Amino acid sequence: MNPLQETHLAIGPARFRIALAWKQPLELLKRLYADYPDPDDGFADFTVRLEPDKPWRRFIRPSVHISGDFWLPDAAPLPLEQGLLAAEMGMNLQMALGWRRHLLLHASTVEKDGRALIMTGLSGSGKSTLSAMLGERGWRFMGDEFALLCPDTGQIYAFPRLVSLKNSAIAAMQKELPDDRFGPLLKATPKGDIRHLKPAAEAIANMHEPARPALLLFPRFGYEPAIRKMGQSEIFVRLTQASTNYVALGEAGFRALTEFVDQVPARAIDYQSGAEAEEIINRLWDELAS
Amino acid sequence: MSNAWPLVRALRDPASVRGLDGAGWTNLVSMARAESLIGSLAHRLKEEDVPARVRPVLDDAIAAHQLARQQALWEADCTRRALAGYSGKVVLMKGTAYVAVDLDAGIGRSIGDLDIMVAREDLKQVEHMLLDAGWEWVKPDPYDDQYYREHMHELPPLIHRDRDRMIDVHHTTLPLTARPTPDARAMLDAAVQLETGQYVMAPADMVLHAVAHLVADGDLAGGLRNLWDIDQLIREFAKGDEAFWVSVEERAKAHGLAPHLARALRLAARLYGTPVSQSVAGVGQFSDWIHERRLLARDGWGRETRKLTRLIFYIRSHWLRMPPLMLARHLFVKWRKGQGAA
Repeated sequence: MNPLQETHLAIGPARFRIALAWKQPLELLKRLYADYPDPDDGFADFTVRLEPDKPWRRFIRPSVHISGDFWLPDAAPLPLEQGLLAAEMGMNLQMALGWRRHLLLHASTVEKDGRALIMTGLSGSGKSTLSAMLGERGWRFMGDEFALLCPDTGQIYAFPRLVSLKNSAIAAMQKELPDDRFGPLLKATPKGDIRHLKPAAEAIANMHEPARPALLLFPRFGYEPAIRKMGQSEIFVRLTQASTNYVALGEAGFRALTEFVDQVPARAIDYQSGAEAEEIINRLWDELAS
Repeated sequence: MSNAWPLVRALRDPASVRGLDGAGWTNLVSMARAESLIGSLAHRLKEEDVPARVRPVLDDAIAAHQLARQQALWEADCTRRALAGYSGKVVLMKGTAYVAVDLDAGIGRSIGDLDIMVAREDLKQVEHMLLDAGWEWVKPDPYDDQYYREHMHELPPLIHRDRDRMIDVHHTTLPLTARPTPDARAMLDAAVQLETGQYVMAPADMVLHAVAHLVADGDLAGGLRNLWDIDQLIREFAKGDEAFWVSVEERAKAHGLAPHLARALRLAARLYGTPVSQSVAGVGQFSDWIHERRLLARDGWGRETRKLTRLIFYIRSHWLRMPPLMLARHLFVKWRKGQGAA
């Protein structure tokens, strides 16, 4: 069997060993994660494996099969040029199926004054883009994929891996930020065009700092600006659907989530542009976040 | 790191982990997860002084398997209620049986599907009661369905439409086409009743079912876990019961599984240091070596290694299950389907 090459990443409380059959995505990962703390002691919570899905796929139209300690039987392979996305999906998979120390909410999070704003919604809602944008405007970026809710303290922990900018969000952020903050443009991936963005230095330096959840938003992009209240039961059910490990945590997950819904004010918001969203978010933050 | 010895060694002798560095631990955890032995390993290492970065990984595994245990017992109870009107014996098998009786083999064991056994003549009745209670067929393929019904030791798998959990309803322990034909009637007759009214196999049969599953069926994938079951069952049953070795040997002969038992005992003794009866285990054979090679085919990244060895066991698994002509027919039908799908 071909030996794999590996690199280790520490993202928030989780550590990954990424093992690959090719050198090129490895170099790219190392470069983009260079500012993250370097776990050089060999320990990891999860191993992600990126290998050819058939032996000849190492060389001929190379394609990456995503697996690792936790895996899905029907994961579709990606072309090698999208290796960075494969690594991201591999890490997400380990977290979604294997992480038990926190309740995982599929949400983006930003922080200000020790308080966290959590945004959740279906893909296309703009939660990732909003967190990236706010992360450049005075908020600390805590993650665009998972908010980690601690069942014991009720605090939110950060999982600030590279931001995965999609489609029109790419151009919007490119206008604001220098080129060395970005990875290569990955065209026509299964999730559309993707370009990875390195979070601001502060987000990486403070990634172990938790924050108290102060506001929960359900953003929706492409509709007339609006703010709606939501009933607690609707919020609860939508969060169970947004959690990848709610069932796996059993009673601890239920307690953590009911407490969260009880204490954190929530609104659904519609918006048509980043500026509009920012205005609504700042208004709600002043009004509701305590 | 070229094989799964570190995992076997850690299960057998927890103190062996003391010398591991970070990379060694990461390899061990990946192997244990890949072999579905992480829960058992975590329990074995409960008293060991492990590095701070490792403890939460092991604690997570213990918590995950605690929930798996609870879910398995709940699933068994759902089946009990669905089959309340059935007068025959319902025998819980494998992992669910181990946790239902609170055996050491159940500690930290991963449990996926629920396996039960009922008398063959009652299959139709049990099938209908389960369908009425919300279970549905997983494989709606007519060839597979007919194949299961004519040649297998179980019904095609059923899945519950609300709980999304699978059940395998067995009427014996090995495919009907396999060469050894364990005496299912005798297993049902000897089964032991639980407080819930459901049954588990008597100790000797429980061991022999695990043996048949490991040695006489399948391609030894996940074999380290099955062998660990055997190790744990034997240690518990043989302790303080001198008659155990006599009964398991007699029972093995009655089921036509004596050589399989002997092989499993030799492998368990060799890998896990299981204390076995030398006369039942017999003398080592050259072919034990390739079994051992197959069982240990896992590297530190959690990958399966030794492709050729695995292929040999894959072919052997079909060979064991089917007479040659039937195998040819089966592979032809499967190949044609594969062509159709491509």
